[in-house]
Amino acid sequence: MPAAILLARAQFAFTMAFHIVFPAISIGLASYLAVLEGLWLVTARDTYLNLYKYWLRIFATVFGMGVVSGLVMSYQFGSNWSAFADKAGPIIGPLMAYEVLTAFFLEAGFLGIMLFGLTRVGKTLHYIATLAVAGGTLASAFWILAANSWMQTPAGFGTNAAGQFIPLSWLEIIFNPSFPYRLVHMVLAAYLSTALIVGSVAAFHLLRRHDTPEVKRMFSMALWMAAVVAPMQIIAGDLHGLNTLEHQPVKIMALEGHFDSSPHGAPLILFGLPDQAAGRVRAAIEIPLLSSLILKHDLHAPLAGLNSVPRADWPPVAVIFWTFRIMVGLGFAMLALGITSLIARARGSLYTSRTLQRAALFMGPAGICAVIAGWFTTEVGRQPFTIYHLLRTVDSASPLAAPAVASSLAAFALVYFTVFGAGAFYILRMMRSPPHAGEPANPEPVPQRSAGIVPQGLV
Amino acid sequence: MVPDAALNIVWALIVALAVFAYIVMDGFDLGIGILFPMFHDEHERGTVMNTIAPVWDGNETWLILGGGGLMAAFPLAYAILMPALYTPVIAMLLGLIFRGVAFEFRWRTQRARKFWDGAFFAGSTLAAFMQGVALGAILQGIRVEGRHYAGGWWDWLSPFSILTGAALMAGYATLGASWLILKTESELQQRAYRIALRCGLALVIGIAGVSLATPMLHSQYAQRWFQWPNVLLSAQVPLLVLIAAVLFFFALKHHWERAPFFLTLGLFTLSYVGLGISVYPYLVPQSITIAAAAAPASSQRFMLVGTVVLIPIIIGYTVHAYWVFRGKVGTEGYH
Repeated sequence: MPAAILLARAQFAFTMAFHIVFPAISIGLASYLAVLEGLWLVTARDTYLNLYKYWLRIFATVFGMGVVSGLVMSYQFGSNWSAFADKAGPIIGPLMAYEVLTAFFLEAGFLGIMLFGLTRVGKTLHYIATLAVAGGTLASAFWILAANSWMQTPAGFGTNAAGQFIPLSWLEIIFNPSFPYRLVHMVLAAYLSTALIVGSVAAFHLLRRHDTPEVKRMFSMALWMAAVVAPMQIIAGDLHGLNTLEHQPVKIMALEGHFDSSPHGAPLILFGLPDQAAGRVRAAIEIPLLSSLILKHDLHAPLAGLNSVPRADWPPVAVIFWTFRIMVGLGFAMLALGITSLIARARGSLYTSRTLQRAALFMGPAGICAVIAGWFTTEVGRQPFTIYHLLRTVDSASPLAAPAVASSLAAFALVYFTVFGAGAFYILRMMRSPPHAGEPANPEPVPQRSAGIVPQGLV
Repeated sequence: MVPDAALNIVWALIVALAVFAYIVMDGFDLGIGILFPMFHDEHERGTVMNTIAPVWDGNETWLILGGGGLMAAFPLAYAILMPALYTPVIAMLLGLIFRGVAFEFRWRTQRARKFWDGAFFAGSTLAAFMQGVALGAILQGIRVEGRHYAGGWWDWLSPFSILTGAALMAGYATLGASWLILKTESELQQRAYRIALRCGLALVIGIAGVSLATPMLHSQYAQRWFQWPNVLLSAQVPLLVLIAAVLFFFALKHHWERAPFFLTLGLFTLSYVGLGISVYPYLVPQSITIAAAAAPASSQRFMLVGTVVLIPIIIGYTVHAYWVFRGKVGTEGYH
């Protein structure tokens, strides 16, 4: 693969890995805010209102960073992947345009009311705004994942004389075979990541003995989410994996490290060092037949290996072998946290167990790490294609010289670490002070507009 | 329903409208960023920021709509223009990131406020300049082979593209200064009048320079502007520019408050129309027409459904937001 294309892939991976963190937290926090405000409206307890205001400040900053990092993504298809943009534009373009329109309309339009309108529009209208923002984040996820899934499992298209993919059935394009699984898996991941962050902030304050009603409430809510959503996510992930086995078997072979075919049942390789050139996993620790049981629900079901497909179609095995294990490992750690919290809850030691609090604090970034690892698994697993089996990555790139891509990659790295580093610092500083009774109504006493053009004075 | 043949034109108009909405709306708040170092004390800076705080992010979303619309409706043009404009586009994006987060971050810190104020100025200036450079690079011509950009990664840089970059910076600064005239009072407003005068002069020189240089780039531009009987119509554009410019300086001299901003908008509109006269029916001048770049009708039609529903709503609440924030910004902002 030419250097310019490798650099372009590195640039996309770098900007994407930064970007995905923000929408993942935005999706989760927007729904959490909707739950908090709903509980406040029903119970009229100020604890929920204070929590709402506390997380709203953080949501606004995260959302703003998501907008600017998303702007880069929407231009990168053209700048670095122009051949892809030309060929897939008639299908990917409208899906992304819908994403922009729904994001623009629902999120940007109602965010202003959500941020600044609590004292001005009345509770019902304000709650509608909160629900609209939460719905908007989910609608954005819907369209982006439709586009992404279509690249993994394309359907409903034809081709024209110019070599472009053209839409034949929009329903088949949007609801392509991997889309429902990917959407569920990603939305659950967003919820789980957010719950872990909320739980981590709560644990931090509990450990510092700031055990206000707000802190206890959010600790409890976050751990309920972990206990309920982590097992759901493991099931959803399993179903997504079976769907991948059906439509993208080579991806599964690679992430399992199955270089050789196993006619009488494949082992589950727990750890090892995949050697793509040699075509085998070195120092493998494996459990015989377990992979066949997991993937085929039959100990002796035959599973084909990478040696059954041409080498030119292999994805980078070592990368996804590891990112997949990181994701799954973190998933089970989340499950363990959820179960531990249930036991502590049953014993009545939910707010006193230091071990649980330390574990919850430590697990704060786990969801985000799992999201990034999961994205690497699915996207690198799609290689060497951009549109699975239809368009190769080498045929998708822009005609750019390597120095051009290298310098822009360096510029992105510099700017992203400065800007998002500062952003993360400001968010952590906000999290350092605990939520308390009588949280201020507005995010800041100064202009605060991460997005949204319906400002405070309007409502 | 729209017939297939008209779809291209409808989409070309939508994309053109989105880009123009972006230019005039983000134009004045980028202009404020360009002028930011001219305001020294914290109080003035706060007031200046407050005049654009409620609207800047909505303004910027039109850029995503313009880029997204171009990719969806005219993927071939998007696929050729973006690599050709690689450096200007990425520099512009990085500039927009810096100035966008500076809005938020400068309020979150005392220590680093100077840094984020610098980022606000530098990011705004870089974005404005690079947008102008991109325009110049498109006008001067882009090497295309088949369905690909065929030039190098420095092709965009030329005296002409630097001229268009500088002219657009002057234009945005003029918009910013006349926006401040509209929005502020007393001492600050008097300074804005003086700044607007200087920026306006630079803008008029810029428009004249670009207008004279463009027909010399390609015979096709010259034909479009000077051939009989086209010239009867096309000559109206420079004539109107002249009238608007004279009125602009007249309005500044007599300290009218609203006219300078709207006359600057008029100058932008006329320049945009002039651009359309030069370029039509091409999206990539001299090589890719609107029709050649168009996505299949099924793509354009699918998108049109959502667009005709949502764009009027977006325009509606944008207008509403500006209406609510009409009038002067006080020292405390709108709060």
